[in-house]
Amino acid sequence: MATTAPAVYDSKVEGNIIFSRLDACINWMRKNSLWPMPMGLACCAIEMMAAACARFDIARFGAEVMRFSPRQSDVMIVAGTVTYKMALAVKRIYDQMPEPKWVIAMGACASSGGMYRSYAVLQGIDRLLPVDVYVSGCPPRPEALLEGLMKLQRKIDLEKSFSDQKKERQGVLS
Amino acid sequence: MNLDEAASKFQEQFHVVQRTDFRDETCVELPIEQLEAACQFAKEQLGFDFLTDISSVDNFGDEPRFEVVYELYSLNSNIHLRLKARVSEDHLEVPSVVHLWPTANWHEREVYDMMGIRFSGHPDLRRILMWEGYPYYPLRKDFPLEGKPSEMPDVAFSEKAPLAGGPFVTLPSPGHIKDREPRARSAEELEDA
Repeated sequence: MATTAPAVYDSKVEGNIIFSRLDACINWMRKNSLWPMPMGLACCAIEMMAAACARFDIARFGAEVMRFSPRQSDVMIVAGTVTYKMALAVKRIYDQMPEPKWVIAMGACASSGGMYRSYAVLQGIDRLLPVDVYVSGCPPRPEALLEGLMKLQRKIDLEKSFSDQKKERQGVLS
Repeated sequence: MNLDEAASKFQEQFHVVQRTDFRDETCVELPIEQLEAACQFAKEQLGFDFLTDISSVDNFGDEPRFEVVYELYSLNSNIHLRLKARVSEDHLEVPSVVHLWPTANWHEREVYDMMGIRFSGHPDLRRILMWEGYPYYPLRKDFPLEGKPSEMPDVAFSEKAPLAGGPFVTLPSPGHIKDREPRARSAEELEDA
């Protein structure tokens, strides 16, 4: 009886070779090493710290490298109430992050101003930055932040940055 | 020295407008012209060496409109004394007490920031919470809670907050947490509670 080899497996080539799309590989590398820029502004930051500690362990999702440097970060976690006085500082730090970059709005205040409907509070960080994932809660539990992070990973997984770039270049050439 | 003696000495030395004793707290109201001398007297003669706080009140519609409140404390005698003085809106100037208590620096800046009361003789009278150049004094009664739009390029901006039919407040009720949680509440709902 004739057996058929899997389409991607080539017995003429030695070693372990996997065929894939470049987009899929890049997205896989990006989504599993999301270094956060912790923007802890209020009580949500406490939950964010809890998410980084041993019990919840954000390292399971490759996002444990919380350093307060925008230059080496991929995702900004805006955790807490953004006052107008702080708003442009947040924007400035976001601008300093290298591309590609993502934003998680953690909690009610960062998403919509929350209970602070007042003269001093920006009514949602999405008025200044493009937000990828909103996490509800006041404050959200660490699990909720991890869920938001997983949502972001799924979103990154579906990005087509390389093929879009290629199309763009072909459009310029033709 | 106890609190009553301290307040009595004020009444001997200064033209006290009103003295209020309520629940072991004593408040002495002075005319604004005597405020600086009274603070000096309190610190140097009566030993009130710690200025706990300076705050201000906006009695909107009254004349004089504003009130500054000084919370004094004596570490040796363990007594608190409150000094008050009324300030007219036409002459919003209060003598600074930074030379007596250095901690007054930031308290006076906060009062200036929120109420717009100026302190003459203050070494560095800038806003402390809002940004320099913000055109309003947000704790005044005629300033709306939702704020007013303002714009300073590259510094800060502000917009009106959506109040959705009322201020966002909690209710002091023993009910379920979902009934108490902060949400937009109308004036009637607040009156019922």
